[in-house]
Amino acid sequence: MANPQSNTPAAGNSLTAQALREAFYAGLVSLGLFVLFVGLKTDQNIRNELILVQRWGLLAIFIGVAMVGRFITVAYLRPYLAARKASRDAQVADTEDGFVKRNFSKLAVLALVLFPPVVIALSGVQGSLKWVDNFGIQILIYVMLGWGLNIVVGLAGLLDLGYVAFYAVGAYSYALLASTFGLSFWILLPLAGILAAFWGMILGFPVLRLKGDYLAIVTLAFGEIIRLVLINWTEVTRGTFGVSGIPKATFFGIWSFDVSAPNNFAKAFDLPMSSAYYKIFLYYLILALALLTAYVTIKLRRMPIGRAWEALREDEIACRSLGINTVTTKLTAFSIGAMFGGFAGSFFAVRQGFVSPESFVFLESAIILAIVVLGGMGSLIGIAVAAALMIGGTELLREMTFLKAVFGPDFTPELYRMLIFGIAMVVVMVWKPRGFVGSREPTAFLFERKAVSGSFTKEGHG
Amino acid sequence: MSETLLNVKAVETYYGNIRALGGVDVEVKKGEIVCLIGANGAGKSTLMMTICGSPQARTGSVIFEGRDITRMPTHEIARLRIAQSPEGRRIFPRMTVYENLQMGASLDNLKYFNEDVEKIFTLFPRLKERQSQRGGTLSGGEQQMLSIGRALMARPKLLLLDEPSLGLAPLIVKGIFEAIKKLNETEGLTVFLVEQNAFAALKLSHRAYVMVNGKVTMTGSGRELLANPEVRAAYLEGGRH
Repeated sequence: MANPQSNTPAAGNSLTAQALREAFYAGLVSLGLFVLFVGLKTDQNIRNELILVQRWGLLAIFIGVAMVGRFITVAYLRPYLAARKASRDAQVADTEDGFVKRNFSKLAVLALVLFPPVVIALSGVQGSLKWVDNFGIQILIYVMLGWGLNIVVGLAGLLDLGYVAFYAVGAYSYALLASTFGLSFWILLPLAGILAAFWGMILGFPVLRLKGDYLAIVTLAFGEIIRLVLINWTEVTRGTFGVSGIPKATFFGIWSFDVSAPNNFAKAFDLPMSSAYYKIFLYYLILALALLTAYVTIKLRRMPIGRAWEALREDEIACRSLGINTVTTKLTAFSIGAMFGGFAGSFFAVRQGFVSPESFVFLESAIILAIVVLGGMGSLIGIAVAAALMIGGTELLREMTFLKAVFGPDFTPELYRMLIFGIAMVVVMVWKPRGFVGSREPTAFLFERKAVSGSFTKEGHG
Repeated sequence: MSETLLNVKAVETYYGNIRALGGVDVEVKKGEIVCLIGANGAGKSTLMMTICGSPQARTGSVIFEGRDITRMPTHEIARLRIAQSPEGRRIFPRMTVYENLQMGASLDNLKYFNEDVEKIFTLFPRLKERQSQRGGTLSGGEQQMLSIGRALMARPKLLLLDEPSLGLAPLIVKGIFEAIKKLNETEGLTVFLVEQNAFAALKLSHRAYVMVNGKVTMTGSGRELLANPEVRAAYLEGGRH
């Protein structure tokens, strides 16, 4: 083992002694560094004279932080990292994954299905609203958007910075058609998907010859064009005021969630009136839509078109020389990715009951792309985890009111979310440059999945 | 060995305004191994790519099985069973060896995949060992085998090989050339080969062309060219001074 001294008590003592020694040196160094910067400060007094302010307390804090940090690094962090590295080296031959790891996706789906009943049991029907709506639905929308964009970016390798445009097309399709013609959600959901797919094709045609950075710029522009059209085409979209009063979805026309409707869900079951039922219904709806996206992605990856997408991401020239029509391959990737964006958009409209161009700014595209990249391009589980962390993290920041006690009453934690995301993203990219799940799962095997291959396949070109 | 499979007639190819091929005539008959040798920048790879339609010839014509393919898009040319192992191999690095071979069989939608993949694994046993490894993690020689194997999965009538010896150890080059020879002898596969390694290529092929500055300057059987003093001076002994 790489770190034998931590195993015996005597070695442990010498480690502590070493840590204390290094902490002392760190303290000396920081004292030397900070005594003039921090310990002394020049200031002007009321008579405009230059005086020297002494800040020994602050200097002590600086030195203390340096010493404690050095001590922890030497005594705990370094041995821990060494032990982890050693155990990972030893584990290369170990191939059998644990039960949880093997069945992670099944367990995760089960947990998501059981989420609303558990929350209701814990915090009551009304109390569940926050968790199901703010966390559950919000995260699942982004999971679905991430999975949809994954088809374009992760599988086909086409960098799309304007994905939110399709989200907007889906949302406005539902909002306008439902409020103008009174069509039901269940008719408009597929229609919104088809319209978004159509727009995906329209975007696809002009950008067929573009790659990488150039494609990114054009898709970015396309996203902005859609948003500007929504703002300026006031006769249809009502501009910045947005479309409000969008009808709610019904339970396949059987039960309604409108308070005044005779077939209201709560009335039908003699339950107390609450908006929570609708939210729980929406939760299951977006869960089903997201799972549909995952299912289609998994199936497509095993089909010729999915294989062609992945090959296209790897090498376009080789694809053509193998008889793959890269034009149709790209267009299908764009339109299928856009279709799921459209589904998510119409869900967004039905959930909010209100859409305006403000919901479809570039930041949304950037967040969705960040989710896909952080999760590991192509990996469904990684993307879901990334969405839960990014979106759930934002919502959690809102909850952290106790921070006001530390930083003062004016402190609004959610204002710092971009700063935190930026730091988090840098950290993730340093530690896991290919995202949370960086390894790609092959779609085909001749024999059983060979255990040995796992350790080989991690290397190579990303 | 009579029927003409591929006929390149007076082909001129340009990159922008720069002429890369200046009226090239090349003929490949069924069942032949034909090689094209020449110095760097002579236009060998350009001719190979012109046959595949990327870039397309500005003038002249490329005829395959009596059909004019000069203006066809690349993927349709590939569908006529012209398979290519491109320069620099161009395997799919993040996909496994097995998946790479699957991509080669896209034309028939994997109909003959199982029997063909066995054939490739007998030809290149290394690929069988490495089948669940990612393409990018293979050694150069293995990648070249994979590139040829992937091209063969398309059941080609004509196999185009662009510098299969590029950057490989002599022993591996020998193995790959032997595999090509075996394919030609047992299955009658027609091969058009572009090579810098003139000695090995000329020994292997039935006929050969020498290319200089975008033009074919010499042609003959492999043995004739091997014996030709001019060829010997330019391509075979040049490196031994």
